Order: sequence, then C-alpha cells, then structure tokens
Amino acid sequence: MKTESIVQILNRVLRWSPLLFLCVVAIVFTILTRRFFTISNIQAIFVQSSWLALVALGMNFVLLTAGVDLSVGAIMYLAAVTVSLAVPTAPVWVVVLVAMLVGAVFGSANGLFIVRLGIPPFIATLATAFIGRGLGLFFSAAQALDAGARLAAVGRGSWLGIPVVIWFAAAGLLVSLTLMRALEFGSFVQAIGADHEGARRAGVPITRVTWSVYVLAGAFAGIGGLISLAQTASVSPAFGLNAEFLAISAAVLGGTSLFGGRGNVWGPIVGVVLITTVQDGMALINANPYAYPVTTGIVIFIAVALDSLRSSLTARVERKRIRALEPASA
Amino acid sequence: MSMNSTMTNTPRLRVDGLTKSFSTVRVLHGVSFEIGAGEVLGIVGENGSGKSTTMNIIAGVLAPDEGAMALDGHKFAPADRRAAEKAGIAFIQQELTIFPNLSVEENLLLGRAPRVSGALPFIYRKQRRRQAMEFMQAVGLDVNTGTPASRLSPGERQLLEIARGLSIDARVMILDEPTTSLTSKETERLFALTRRLKASGIAILYVSHVLNDVLQLSDKLLVMRDGRVTFHGPRADMSPERLIVAMVGRSIDALFPPSRGTVSKREETPVLELRGVSEPGIVEGINLKVTVSEIVGIFGLMGSGRSELARIVFGLDPHRQGQIRVNGASLISGDLSARLRSGMAFLTEDRRHEGLMMDASASENMSLAALRSFSSSIYGRLQTARLKPALKAMAGQLRLKCDNIEIAPVRSLSGGNQQKVVIGRWLLCQPKLLILDEPTRGVDVGAREEIYAMLAKLVAQGKSILVISSEIEELIGLCDRIVVMHRGCIVSEFSRMEFDQKTILSAAFGRAKAV
Repeated sequence: MKTESIVQILNRVLRWSPLLFLCVVAIVFTILTRRFFTISNIQAIFVQSSWLALVALGMNFVLLTAGVDLSVGAIMYLAAVTVSLAVPTAPVWVVVLVAMLVGAVFGSANGLFIVRLGIPPFIATLATAFIGRGLGLFFSAAQALDAGARLAAVGRGSWLGIPVVIWFAAAGLLVSLTLMRALEFGSFVQAIGADHEGARRAGVPITRVTWSVYVLAGAFAGIGGLISLAQTASVSPAFGLNAEFLAISAAVLGGTSLFGGRGNVWGPIVGVVLITTVQDGMALINANPYAYPVTTGIVIFIAVALDSLRSSLTARVERKRIRALEPASA
Repeated sequence: MSMNSTMTNTPRLRVDGLTKSFSTVRVLHGVSFEIGAGEVLGIVGENGSGKSTTMNIIAGVLAPDEGAMALDGHKFAPADRRAAEKAGIAFIQQELTIFPNLSVEENLLLGRAPRVSGALPFIYRKQRRRQAMEFMQAVGLDVNTGTPASRLSPGERQLLEIARGLSIDARVMILDEPTTSLTSKETERLFALTRRLKASGIAILYVSHVLNDVLQLSDKLLVMRDGRVTFHGPRADMSPERLIVAMVGRSIDALFPPSRGTVSKREETPVLELRGVSEPGIVEGINLKVTVSEIVGIFGLMGSGRSELARIVFGLDPHRQGQIRVNGASLISGDLSARLRSGMAFLTEDRRHEGLMMDASASENMSLAALRSFSSSIYGRLQTARLKPALKAMAGQLRLKCDNIEIAPVRSLSGGNQQKVVIGRWLLCQPKLLILDEPTRGVDVGAREEIYAMLAKLVAQGKSILVISSEIEELIGLCDRIVVMHRGCIVSEFSRMEFDQKTILSAAFGRAKAV
C-alpha cells in the first residue's frame, strides 16, 4: 500500500518536472554569466521563442490525439514563400490571414489523408512535408526571398511596450486555451488520445476532431512561419527546416505524451522557452557553436527519459487489478 | 420519474429469438427473455455460454443475425452503441470506458456538456458541475467533480460509470461482472445502489459469476448454456444447486484422447514449483507443483487471475513475493531469458497479437524461438540447410494444413493451423515445460483433437505441461490434476479421481469445496 502512494507522489512531482527543469537551467546560466538574468535578455528569450511557440501549440493538439505532424516545417516555408511572393506589400492583417489560410488548407489536406484514407499520420505528413517543401522551392525557384518592409517592421515592432511577436504567441496561447478548456473539443481531443476505440464508443465525433487538429496544426504553423519570416526578414530554402522536430521536442519537454492523451496547453510553452533558454545561455557564455545542437539534444533526451519514466509510473498506478488491494480478509 | 404510472403488462425489454454466429461458429441459438421495469434479472452461465454476446447485442455493439427486441413495446434495433444509449440502454462493462486523463465531470457528461447558450459552443462549467454532482450524489460517488478519473479507485470508477448511465436517463442498465475488482465494502455499496436504481424503475440486467450475489439481488434469473437459455423464471424457483446443474449439465463428448492410463510414479524434484507467489492486486499466495510427465490444469473464470498467473510464471509480468523454481533452481521475477534457457515455453491466449506475426509465413513464425540453435556458433549465421528440413519435419509432425509453409502468410491459415504453428515454434526449442494459455481458443473440433493427441504424446516423452483453460471439459479430458483459481487465489485442487464438473465449477464460483 505504502509503495503505491510513493509512486503516486513521484508521479505528481514529475508532472511539474518541465517547469522545475527550466528553473534549474535558468539558475545554472544565472550562475555562469551575469548577462543572463536581465530584463533585456529574458525579453529576448521570449521574442526568440514566439515563432516556435506557435508551431508547438499547434503540434500539441495533434500529439494529444496520439498523432504527429511532420509537415509543419514545410508549411512554415510554404506560408513564408507565399506571402513573400503574393502579398509583399499588403497590410499586415491580410498577410496574417494569407499565411494562416495556406497553413489551414495544407493541414486540412493532411487531415483528409489521415481520416479519409486511413494513412498513419507519420507516413501521411512525411509525404506532405516533401510535397510542401517541393512546392515552396518551385514557387521561389529555390531563391532566397525578402520579406516586405512592412512585415519586417512587425518583426521589430512593439505594442504597449511588448514586442508584437510576443502578442502573436500570446494570441495563439489564448486560442489554444479556449479550445482545450472552454470547449468540449478539448475533452474530445484528450479522449481520442487516451482510448481511440473508447472515444468512438462514447460518441466522440472522431473524424471531425481528428481532422480539426491537423487544420489547427497547419494554421498555427502558417502563422509561426510568418513570425519567423518577420524576424529574419528573408526566406531561404532552408527556412523552417527541422522545425517539426523542435516543435515535437518542445511539446514533449512540456510533458505532452507522444502516445496521446496526456499534456496541457502550457507545457509546450515551457518546452519552447526551455529550448530557447539553452540556446540563448550557450551564446551568452560564448560556448562553441557546435555544442548548441549537442546540448539541445541532451536536454531533449533528459526530457524524454523523464516522460517515459512518468508513463511507466502512470501505467503502474492504473494497472488492471483482479483482487482489490485491501487487507486480506479470510 | 413517474415509472409507476406507466407500469402495465408491457415488459421494459423483450428479447425474442436472438441468434448470432461468428464466422462458422454459432454462439447464440434463439435466446429469448423479458424483464419488467424495476426488476433485476440475474444472468449466469459458464464462459462462452453466450451471455456477453447477448449483452453486446442489447447494447448495440453487435447486431443479431436473427431475432427481435422491443423496448417498452416499441421495436428496438440499435444501429450502434450510441443509438442504444440514446434509447436508454446503459452498458456498464467489466472493462470500463472511463478516460483516466479526463476529470470526473468531463467523463460523466462527455459529449453532452451543457452550453452557455444555444449559439455559443462554450461549456457552462457551473451547470456541468451541478449536473455532475446530482448524478454523483445519486450513486454515492463522493469525490470532487474536477478530480482526474485516474485517481479513482476501481469501485469509484464503477460508480462513475453507473452515474453516466443515469445521466443518459437509462431505462435498462446492464451490469457485467460489476464486482470483479471491488472490495467487500464497495460491493455492499454497489448492492445498495442497485436496489435504489431498481426502486426508481430501471430494469437491471445483472451478469455475474458470483452466484450468491446474483441470488441475493435478483427477482428473476436467466441461466444460459451453449448459447441457449436453460432457465428463465422467478428467483424463488431456484436453489444454488439447481442453478449449477442448469449451467453445466452437459456430457463430455469423445473429443479427448483416451485417458493415459495409470499415472507413472512421480520423480521427487518438480519441474516447476511455485511457493507463495504473490503480486498485490493480481495473485495471492500461489503454491503449485508440476512434475515430470504431468499435465496440470488451471481452471478459473474470467478475471480469476489464471492468465495473469501464467504470465508471472513465464516472467512476462513481475511478482513481488514468493519463489518460482524450475528443476529446483530459483528464477528471478521477470527474467524471461532465464526461463527460456531452462526449457520453458509459453503459448499466449492472444495468438493474433502476441503469438504470431500474422503476415509472415509458417516457417518464419516457427523458427523464431529456435534461431539460435540453428545458427553457426562462430558468426551466428543462420544455417538454412539444417533449419529447412527441421521445419518441414515439424510441419509434418503437426499435420499442418498449409500449401507452402515458406510463403503463405499465417493470416491465411485456419485458427487451428495457426495454433499448430505456435506450438511448432516452441517444440523446435525442445522445451521441458510448456505453459499453454487457452490452447484451443478459436480452434475447430477436428484440429482440437489433433492438438490434444499431440499434447498427450509430449507428456509421454517426458515433458510437462501447465494448461490454462476456461473450458472445464477440456481440462477434465486432458489433465492429471486441476487447480482452481478464484479472485487471484488457488481455492482448491482436484486429482484425476476427484474430477467432477459440478464440484470444480462450484469451486471456481467461489463456493466452498464440497468434496
């Protein structure tokens, strides 16, 4: 009996491990360099995090249903190329709408392949990732394109003293929170990820919800691409490359399970900030640039190890029982 | 609810002449019964008697081949489970459909959450909490509505499931083995709740292996055997003894190999010995011996822990206390490879998912466990020249019906031949001890006979067998000894001379051994 409760306590502590992990990393860098714990540096971390935060928030929906979307990097690229070519001088709201639409349309194609044709998400989005990047290369003739001056201003601009890109990420967070908490959609997503067959039996509209999460992932990635474009002011053929892996890593770092049904909206934000903090801190301590990916890799590895530890503990807590765990009664 | 005003002679649920076949096997042969509002109908029968199939049909999970149902006098033919729920059928299954990652109130009202207004899709949380509380109070579930369901005990989950049944305004509630994972206290609460539900006019179909509970709760009884109803009437007309006769009452046909005659004198060291093996929540204090050339059977009802014990013995699942010894040597909990080295082999009950690679050929499947002994000692290169004839010989020995054992995927074979492939895999390893979990599940009669004969031959060669089965005749025909499990414990043991279907079954139902 007693060991069971210890397992449960450990399980609860591990729920907070992403945030604890972030604090540990922040403390380590604060000790290593005085330039880390300053208002300007912390704001820089959030600014650098914003594009990935959007992509990871979208990815989070997909992961919660036990799916995956490997095409978000390609969607970012395609959205960035489209706005650079089609609406370089349009007002910002038009540009945002176009980027979001490109992502949503692409995501809805992903969703259709998955729910209508029954192709596993991994395979379907792997294929569309190549298609998306190929289309982007085709439209841009594999050239680097410049973002319009208006868009570049968005990347540097502020509103109410807070950088505009952070407002975008905050809006994404608000949309995610609304969908996951204020609507039944959130319960549906969680239910599908936990037990697909059970969700079907419970009358969850599986087809519609599954399709929706890919549309959302696409739309979020489209805007994430736009934000990244606004910050870098140009889109090269390598734009958004491997963004899907960073987004998955961020979500997992934040406690979202790759097997679905476990995770919340704040988790990916913590994960993104953690990844950016590591990169920012490494730069501040003048680490060898080649050490960045290694460190990021180690951070992801630790997070995934914690995740699997938590999964096995959860499995232990929820294990099927034949006998009730009560003092043996004769 | 104004159930009393609608009380007429029309039964709440009427089931008429249901039949159902799975591929070629007929599992229901015209099942008919009825239940009135505010009645509890106790349903009993052995494993495979057709109870589950019948309940699944009522709940819309399966469609019957023939027959009709009527709910309060109206034709009732649900397209799926959702439709049945809408009509007022709540199916509370043994395997509960609770989402552990959702809160209690989310689970309770999933897909039916109240909204702030008709136009906006936002959840009206306060209202949802209030509704959830109402149903939780009705079933006596005393937890916070926001608690994640993963923190509920099995008993509380059961109550949550029943609360969900109430929330769909159930007219008929099916409770399938509701007490399996409950403590005695929780069971008491469930009974009190059942009586309250009954008083509110809900018709309750109570399926259970615990005969005392059924007799205590029911107004009427339905006994099933081999897909037929063998008794349907008031509970007052039934005694526990007559109940068991109605469930069993079947002669053993000539399916089994002739008795292997006198049992030879046993050697002292058992091949397998369990001493006080326990795992909290699973099995408790298991003592068991299997000696050379012996077939020992484990009989138990679903949820008795029989398969779980087999998995522990083979090291697939851990155990916390007690010893498992093979040929006198103690084995560590969960150490699978030590078991393989000591000559243990395990046939899973779940052939499709755990036993076979369905798209691989019979040859590939059979060679899997013995690859090491067919590899050269230096590089580990597979010696096909030795392996191929061995596989061919094994296929012949098993009388495997397969066009080409190297090409045809095992998916294309019949259930019996698939099982032979699994058996062949382990025989190639020259095991000393075979653990068989439901060796003839989904196997047709002809192939069964061959499998039985093969097992008899193996023990004659000095191998030992531990066989788990939910079919009592199979064990009686096959075994030297039968131990009976109930709720994770071995409750009795029978030697060949004492085999008696009724007594063994009584033991499995948790009734005192009456030998």
